[in-house]
Amino acid sequence: MRKLTYVQAIREAHEQLLSSDPRVFVIGQGLWSPWYAGGSLQDLDKQFGRERVLDSPTSENAVTAAAVGAAIAGMRPIVFHPRMDFMVLAIDPIINQAANWCYLFGGQVHAPVVIRAVINRGGQQGAQHSQALQGLFMHIPGLKVVMPSTPYDAKGLLIGAVNDGNPVMYIDDRWLYAAEEDVPEEIYSVPLGEAVVRRTGSDITIVAASYMVSMAMQAAETLGRNGIDAEVVDLRSIKPWHKELVFDSVRKTGRLVVADGGWETCGVASEIAAAVACEMFADLTAPISRVTLPDAPAPVSAALEEAYYPTADSIITAVEGILAAKV
Amino acid sequence: MNSDGKDNFLNTDLLWQMYSVMHRIRISEERIADLVTAGEIKTPCHFYIGQEAVAAGVCLALQKNDYVWTAHRSHGHYLAKGGNLASMLAEIYGKRTGCSKGRGGSMHLLAAEVGILGTVPLLSATIPLAVGAGLASKLRHDGRVSVSFFGDGATAEGHFHESLNLAAIYKLPVIFVCENNLYQCHMHIQEYLSEGDIYKSGDAHGIPGIVVDGNDVIAVHKAALEAVRRARAGEGPTLLECKTFRWRGHVGPSTDIDVGIRRRDDVCEWLPKDPIPPVMKRLLDLGATEADFDRIAEETLAELDQAVEYSRRSPYPAKHELLEHVFYSGAQSRAEGMTFPVAN
Repeated sequence: MRKLTYVQAIREAHEQLLSSDPRVFVIGQGLWSPWYAGGSLQDLDKQFGRERVLDSPTSENAVTAAAVGAAIAGMRPIVFHPRMDFMVLAIDPIINQAANWCYLFGGQVHAPVVIRAVINRGGQQGAQHSQALQGLFMHIPGLKVVMPSTPYDAKGLLIGAVNDGNPVMYIDDRWLYAAEEDVPEEIYSVPLGEAVVRRTGSDITIVAASYMVSMAMQAAETLGRNGIDAEVVDLRSIKPWHKELVFDSVRKTGRLVVADGGWETCGVASEIAAAVACEMFADLTAPISRVTLPDAPAPVSAALEEAYYPTADSIITAVEGILAAKV
Repeated sequence: MNSDGKDNFLNTDLLWQMYSVMHRIRISEERIADLVTAGEIKTPCHFYIGQEAVAAGVCLALQKNDYVWTAHRSHGHYLAKGGNLASMLAEIYGKRTGCSKGRGGSMHLLAAEVGILGTVPLLSATIPLAVGAGLASKLRHDGRVSVSFFGDGATAEGHFHESLNLAAIYKLPVIFVCENNLYQCHMHIQEYLSEGDIYKSGDAHGIPGIVVDGNDVIAVHKAALEAVRRARAGEGPTLLECKTFRWRGHVGPSTDIDVGIRRRDDVCEWLPKDPIPPVMKRLLDLGATEADFDRIAEETLAELDQAVEYSRRSPYPAKHELLEHVFYSGAQSRAEGMTFPVAN
């Protein structure tokens, strides 16, 4: 099997979707740009024509809503936001319209739109070029949210999202673009809502999503050398999230760290920690710990940035804290 | 633009259709208003009375599978496009037999079989959705037109301006129909818009901006026919402003004069401009009799009585159905059911 990087896998998913399904089109900013969104949309306009691969004005609201309207009318659009921060201008079509549509009309119509949002942070870009807002969208009934952590999932989850039939927010992370692994050449879907165990272990469960999975794997390697056997669960979908798999793992280990690249309050880590605490308290042998961003905007200064973003060491510290806790 | 009687599209059949559609909207709305006053209907209802010529004039220029997108004041568009009256009434009653299965109420109507894929009340929200349906039609080469109805208040939103530009640059088969009824909720247009001639926004976005007397159904229809022709010919979108007036307040059956909103002069000015009598007069001039109008009135009233009875008798959704349809189940969408094959 050939290897693809994460960004090549995203591009290949677009190519195969556009080739195989006439309902699919792509719209958003940067689709005709020489940089093609980090290469993730490289030359798709040349391959499929600018009628189906539409670069757009900076009208996040109308462009996203147009994709939602086309979806309701039977198409399978992918609307692209090169930075998640700018997508906040499109909150009405995402939250009020796409997420509500199926319920509002008793399941007789639906909005099968994929909203691709990129987390594009670091490099001293500051508060409005750095946000990871998955927790906000996870909160909304009717909306699904996926966060691939590997090239295989980057391809399979995009195809799965387009085929799902619901509005899906597909969040990819620029910090993962160079990751490389074997990726099948054929078109395939990763089903939404299915997590996967990336590393088995018996002492503690580390649940993570997206880039934090790679941090969790690094942490688990280090912990293993110190005699601590960590299990790593990659959520892949954060809404709906795979409760059964997470619960099975925690039932086995009795301990839980949740690592997410978003903020702490009302975030992905909070939701999973709450569900475990509420529903399987008796299985826990220690307090739960969350590894997240602090509840603050992203700073610019490199020194502050270094303190801001959680790392493998942050996870190790959390694990050691749990193991040292007296219950 | 005025209706000079020499328009070659005009014939007696079309005049009767215009009359029937406007009359049906008027008496349906009056009945619903009475039911709200009586306390039998609780969901917020925004009445269309006084604006009937816009819905009738535009929708009679459309084909059955053309799309219509509208907002909170949508009963008139739903009926003019051919939506089922009993399904709408049952929805307003919150019944399981309603067009949205009791999830939507007055502000969320669905008539997918005639191109209404859902109405929502957030001001201007459906304008870019209409642009998206137009984009879908363009990509499928299916020849459909997508019409967006909205009020003057919606033009103060960014959605409106972004949508005009987007439809213009992609040359989409979209018709933006602004029903300028002078009020955004309680505010007069002079209080909240610096430019009250909304059709001028067409110029700003490089598309035709047309203004007509929104109470003259023939003038509305004539302008709509040209906008539809342009759209189907691939010439792009049109902005059509229809100057009109809503007789009732923003929401509910009241005129809103009693609560101190300065509408009395406007109401006195606009009531004599009722859009329906001029069409009756033209029909009478062409040989119609009072008996013809009486027959239509009786038929429509009987239909309305049946729809109200049907709604009253229909069951409410069961409580165990509360969480159904949050996510799409994989069932055939009613929108997909009317999708044309994609041309390659």
